[in-house]
Amino acid sequence: MRRREALSVLANEAVGPYALLRLERGEVDPGVPGQFFMLEAPGRVLPRPMSLCQAPPGELTFLLEAVGPGTRALAAVEPGEAIHVFGPLGNGYRLDVEQPLLVGGGIGIAPFPYLSERLGSPPAILGFRSEWHAEAAALVPNATVVVEPTLVTEPLRDLATDCCKVLACGPEPMLEAVRELAPDAQLAWEAPMACGYGACYGCSVEIDGVLQRLCVAGPVLEAA
Amino acid sequence: MILNASGCLDALEAPEVARALDAFVTKTVTPQPREGNRPVRIAETEAGMLNSIGLENPGIDGLLSDKLPRLAELGVPIWVSVGGFAASDYADICAALDDRDDVTAIELNLSCPNVDEAPESAAEIVAAARPETQKQLYAKLSPAATDLPETARAVQAAGADGLSLVNTMRGLALDDKTLQPRLGHELGGYSGPGLKPIALAAVYQCFRATGLPIVGMGGIGSGRDALEFLAAGATAIALGTILFSDPDAPGRVREELAEELAARGLAGPGDAHGLAHREEPAVLPE
Repeated sequence: MRRREALSVLANEAVGPYALLRLERGEVDPGVPGQFFMLEAPGRVLPRPMSLCQAPPGELTFLLEAVGPGTRALAAVEPGEAIHVFGPLGNGYRLDVEQPLLVGGGIGIAPFPYLSERLGSPPAILGFRSEWHAEAAALVPNATVVVEPTLVTEPLRDLATDCCKVLACGPEPMLEAVRELAPDAQLAWEAPMACGYGACYGCSVEIDGVLQRLCVAGPVLEAA
Repeated sequence: MILNASGCLDALEAPEVARALDAFVTKTVTPQPREGNRPVRIAETEAGMLNSIGLENPGIDGLLSDKLPRLAELGVPIWVSVGGFAASDYADICAALDDRDDVTAIELNLSCPNVDEAPESAAEIVAAARPETQKQLYAKLSPAATDLPETARAVQAAGADGLSLVNTMRGLALDDKTLQPRLGHELGGYSGPGLKPIALAAVYQCFRATGLPIVGMGGIGSGRDALEFLAAGATAIALGTILFSDPDAPGRVREELAEELAARGLAGPGDAHGLAHREEPAVLPE
C-alpha cells in the first residue's frame, strides 16, 4: 500500500558519476522491482520519480544521475536531513518468468539490484557511455558490461532468441532496439511526471496507439 | 470548504485523497472525447510549473455513463467542470447534467490556456448556460483578463452563482541546452507558488466587485495560504499543484488552517472571510 513519509537520509554515496541515496525505510513498502517512488527534491516545486534500487533491511536506496535541478538537489542531500517519499507507485516487473535476462543502459540499471535480488541473480547485460559510468555495474551481480561504442544489443543479438525472457530498462532508443530483438520483453519506460499517481495527466505517452498515463499503465510495459 | 482545482486529481485513482476534500471537482469535460495534447506535457519552472494537458477527457457521454456513477460511490459531493469551443457547447453539457442528482454544482471553465477559446465572451457563455440548469453555476476566470472585476460583474449579471479564481496563466519554458520550448504544445498553463499573489489579487478585486461566493485557488500550499485567500474574500479554497507533490495536502491544509484561525481567535473559516477588506485590521492577539 502506497504511503507518503519523511525518511531520514542515511548516506549519499558516489558510484561513478551517479549518487546512491540511502534512506531509512520507515513504514514505506518497497513494493515490486520496477515500481517507483516520488522523491521530494529539496527546494523544488515538484518531486521526482525514481525506481527503487535496493531494499536492504530497514533501508530504501535510489540510484540518481544529477542531470537537472531536481536530481541535482537530490544528489546534494546529506545524512541528517529527511525527504518525503511517496510510493510504491505504478506497475513493476512480472517476476514469474523463467530464464530472466536483465538488459539495462546507463542510469536505467537503477532498478536492477533489487530486481536481481528478487530473481536470484540472473544474468544481466549492462551498457554504459564510459568506464566511469560503468562503475555502477558493480551493483548488479552476474553482469556482462559493455561500454560505448559497443551497445547492449550486440551481446543480446548473439544469444539465441528463445534463450531467455528480457526485462529491460534504459534510454528510449535502447528499449526500441531491445523490443526488436525480444518482442516478449518487459520494458520500463520513463516520462516527466508531476505527481506519479494519476492526478496530473502529465506523463501521457502513446501506448498501443493511444495516449495513456505512464504512471498508471506502466512504467513497466510488455514490449509487444 | 476545501476542493481540488479541476484537472489536479483523479478521484478514481486516488479515492483516499478525494475523500479528504469537501467536494471533488472533475477534470473539464467537453462535448466530444479529447485525447489531449502531445507530450511533453509538463515542465517545472523556478516557482511553479507549466502544463499543456489540453483537456484530455472522455467527453460528456463517457462522463455520464461511466465516470459519474463511479465518482458518486465515493460519497463526496461532485462538481463537474465544463468546457467547450462555443457557448452552445457549454449550454448543451449543462442541460445534460441538470437532472443528475450525483452532481452538486457546475464550474464553467472559461479560461483554459491550452485550447482554442470559444468566440463568445465569458458573460455570453454564462448567459447561454444559465437557463439550462438549476444547479449552482460557478464561472472559472483567467487572471489574464484585461479588466477582471468587470468580467466578474458581467458573469454575475449573466447569472453566475459564484466565481472560481483563478485558472492558470499562459507561460513558456525553454530547454537549457537547445533553447527550444520544453512542452510539446510550446505554451502551457502556469500554476504553483508563483501564481499565488496574482490569484490573491483576483479574489480581492472580484470580492469587492461582486460579493459573490468565490472558490480561491492559485499556489495554495499551506493553511496560512488558505487563510489569506479567505481574508481576501474567498468562501472556499481549492488545491491544485500542491496535490502533485503532497497527496496528503487536503488534511494537512485543513489542520494548519484550523491552527491559524485559532491563533487569531477566529471561531471558523467564515470569521476570516473578507478580513482583508475591513477598515480596522484584525490584530493578532498578544
